[in-house]
Parts: sequence; structure tokens; C-alpha cells
Amino acid sequence: MPILIDTIDTALETLADVAPIAAILIGFQVLVLRRSVPNLRRVVAGFAYVLAGLTLFLVGLQEALFPLGETMAAQLTAAPLAGGGNVSWLDFGWVYAFAAAIGFATTVAEPALIAMSLKAEDVSGGAVRARGLRIAVAVGVAVGVALGAFRIVTGTPLPYYIIAGYFIVIVLTARCHKEIVPLAFDSGGVTTSTVTVPIVTALGLGLASAIPGRNPLLDGFGLIAFASLFPMISVMGYAMLSEWTQHRGRGAAPKEEAP
Amino acid sequence: MAAPDNTTARPREMLARARSVLRICTGSFRDLVPIIAVVAFFQIVVLQQPFPDVERVLVGLVFVVVGLSLFVQGLQIGLFPLGEGMAHAFARKGSLIALLAFAFCLGFGTTVAEPALIAVAAKAAEVAGTAGFIVDSESSRSTYALHLRLTVGVSVGVALVVGVFRILKGWPVHYLIIGGYGVVVLMTGFAPPEIVGIAYDSGGVTTSTITVPLVAALGVGLATVIRGRTPLLDGFGLIAFASLTPMIFVLAFGMIV
Repeated sequence: MPILIDTIDTALETLADVAPIAAILIGFQVLVLRRSVPNLRRVVAGFAYVLAGLTLFLVGLQEALFPLGETMAAQLTAAPLAGGGNVSWLDFGWVYAFAAAIGFATTVAEPALIAMSLKAEDVSGGAVRARGLRIAVAVGVAVGVALGAFRIVTGTPLPYYIIAGYFIVIVLTARCHKEIVPLAFDSGGVTTSTVTVPIVTALGLGLASAIPGRNPLLDGFGLIAFASLFPMISVMGYAMLSEWTQHRGRGAAPKEEAP
Repeated sequence: MAAPDNTTARPREMLARARSVLRICTGSFRDLVPIIAVVAFFQIVVLQQPFPDVERVLVGLVFVVVGLSLFVQGLQIGLFPLGEGMAHAFARKGSLIALLAFAFCLGFGTTVAEPALIAVAAKAAEVAGTAGFIVDSESSRSTYALHLRLTVGVSVGVALVVGVFRILKGWPVHYLIIGGYGVVVLMTGFAPPEIVGIAYDSGGVTTSTITVPLVAALGVGLATVIRGRTPLLDGFGLIAFASLTPMIFVLAFGMIV
């Protein structure tokens, strides 16, 4: 059974990956802080769990997550490319739809995001709704991944998009309520979870190798960068919008704020 | 499959642990449900064709769910308490050198083992090999992937050193971040275009399962000890640095290699 041999191979590699953390934590604890490791048994058990878990995850990554992204990219591009001749970027509508759907679906239920949005509601004194914030981040990721897919299809250079995006972030940072800025910056980082990253990476590489004239190395990467950039914009945008509607809606009939 | 437990643990403790693995399992599974739903929708409604090798993918997904659950459980029972305790201890110890060295090692060690980074580095090496960017052999690929991960690890280490220094000095975070993005933009102009995509992606990848909780513990620990620092703001600052410096370092890596 090849999967078994894979698993054993991966386990050995994983051991080499996890060893440095163990060495660092225990080294500092014993040599610098000069304390014995508290609950040594639990720590050892924890390392064994980490080792076994990472091994299984990496095998599953090769067996399921990478193929998922790649196969979807290949299948979704097969129909528009089958006609032959000139294909314009408009023919890849389902590719953008899939990119947006996977971005939205994986983000909206992300536990780190749920925790963060509750904190944001707290900090802003209710001006920012937790639910609205979550949807804003998920929409940001969806737009980001779809735009990243569009970039791969058209083959336009990545730095232009990212630099333009950061420019928007800087402008919004200057105009936005100061309290929302750290949360907005944070929301860029929390969106890309361990399950999402491999699928989205494989999707990008699959697109870049399926579409003629694209080089996977030049065009295939960058989707994760889009997925971390756009939530910052959408969160600050949402905060400004909700502040504005609250301001404007004062005195008027109370209306529904978050979708 | 995996029962890497010490056999001396009492049955009750084992039961509690198994139950919490199970709970995390359902959590990981919930993460997968939206992905499965989206893929199924596109397969059935849009493509109207079966997914090739569907059994293999399903087995792989079970591996992913069980693997991530064990991984997170292992972090929670063993590593997080240890790491958090040390972060607090170093924050209180008052030796700047020891604190900075610890910050560097923490960033480096946690990033090198980050599952998402392992995935992206493996893909990057595979693509670089196929494209002839590096010699296309098994060993040169794994060397490339390892070097990439070490580069990102060092960059997160440096990020934490700068971030800790910033917390001590109380510099405002946005000047450093905006300055850092300026450096990224500048370096993009000089770096080989083949590395740019990988470099940008590696920024988003580093801040994930292992790194965030330990790094946040360090930031919060420091901010609590030092007067006039707010835990929320300063814990955040470290993570923002940790997603910025990998871009700079991987761009530099591409210029050197």
C-alpha cells in the first residue's frame, strides 16, 4: 500500500521539522531560565501528538488538498479552452465564480475570524457588528481570490495589483477610525487557514499551467497575497460605511445595517 | 493509527484527552464542510462530471481532519503552556539579550514547522524544478524547499526581534509597517520576477496555526509587564511584522540564489 510507505517517509521528515522547536523551547527553559520543564510528561505527549498530526496532515495534503485545487482548475478551464482559437478572459466566468465561492466559504466560518469580530464589536462599542465584519472579511477574501484568478487568466503582473492595493490600504488607514486599524490589519492575517492555503495555492498553479501562455512560476503564485490584502480594505471600508450610515441614520427610521 | 501516548496516564485522563481530540476533530471537519459543499456544487451543477479519484481524495480529507486535530491537540497540551510560560518568564526577566534571542528563536522555530508553509514551499520547489529555475531533481527540490522555509523562518525571527524592540521603545507600529512595505515595493523592482509571487504569498502563510498563539503570548506578556502598553495593540504588532518581513527576505533570497 503506497500510502503507508508515504506515511512512514513523511513521519521521518516531520521529525526533522519538529525537532528544532523542541530543541529551542527546552534549551531556553533549561539553559537560560534554569528551570526544569514543568509537566514533562504532558510536553512529551504533546510533541508526539504534534508529530503524528503533522504527518497525517502532510499525507492528506498530497492526497486530497493539492489534487482538489488542481483538478478544479483543470476541469473549470477545460470547457472554455476546448473551443480552441482565441479565448478572452470573459470565457472563464466559472473560474472566477469558483475562486470567489471557495474564498467566501472557507473564510466566513473561520474560528479565528469569529473570535476577532466579537472583539471588534466590543472595542467599537457596537458601531461595528460582529456579523457584518465577518461578512466584510469573507467578501474581501472572495473578491481577492477572484481578482487573483483574473490576474492569472490575463497574465498581468502581480506587483501592480499588490502595490495598488497597499496604496489603498494606506489611504484608508489615514482616513479610518484609529481603533479599527489594528483589527483591519489583523484580519488580513487570520483569513488564510491551514486548510485553505494548500487548496488556493494549488488552484492558482493549476490555472497557470492550464491556460496557454502562462508560466506557473511567474503567474501561479499570488492568490494568498490577494486573500490577505483585500480583507484589510473591505474591513476598513465596512467600518467607514457603518459609521457613515449610523451618522446619517440618526433620527431617521432605524434600518437594517448588516446584511 | 496514532496512539503516541504515554501508557502510564490514568484512564480518566486518557478519556478526557480522547474526548477533546474528538471535539477538535468535529471543529476541523466543520472547516472542511464549506469547501466540500463548494466543490460538490461546482461538480454537480456546473461541470456535471464526476470528480476523478474521489475515494482517494476522501481518504486524504480524513487524514487532513485527523492530522490537524491531533496537531492542534498536541500544541494545546504540550507546547502552548510551555511557550506561554516562557514568554512571560522572559518578559519579566529583564535581560534584553536573552529576550531578543528568545524572540528570534521562537519566530524561527515555530515558522519552520508551520504546515501551510511546508505546503507552499513544496509546491514552489516543484514548480521551480519543472520550470528549470533550479536543477530538476528530487534532492535539489527538497534543498530549495528547505532553504525557502529557513529563509522565512529567519525572517519571522527578525520580525519578532524588531517587534519586541518596538514594544520596548514604544515606537508607533504603522510607520514601521508602511516603511516595510516601501522596502517591499522597492525590492520588487530588482528581484527576479520568478520569486515575486512566492515572496508575496509567504507573507500570508506564516501567521497560522503554531505561530500566532505563541507570538501573541509573547506580545501580550511584554505589554502587560511594561507600563503604558496595551496588550491588544502590541500583541497585534508582532503578527503584522511577521507577515511583512517574509516578503522582504524571500525577495532577497530570490536575488541571491
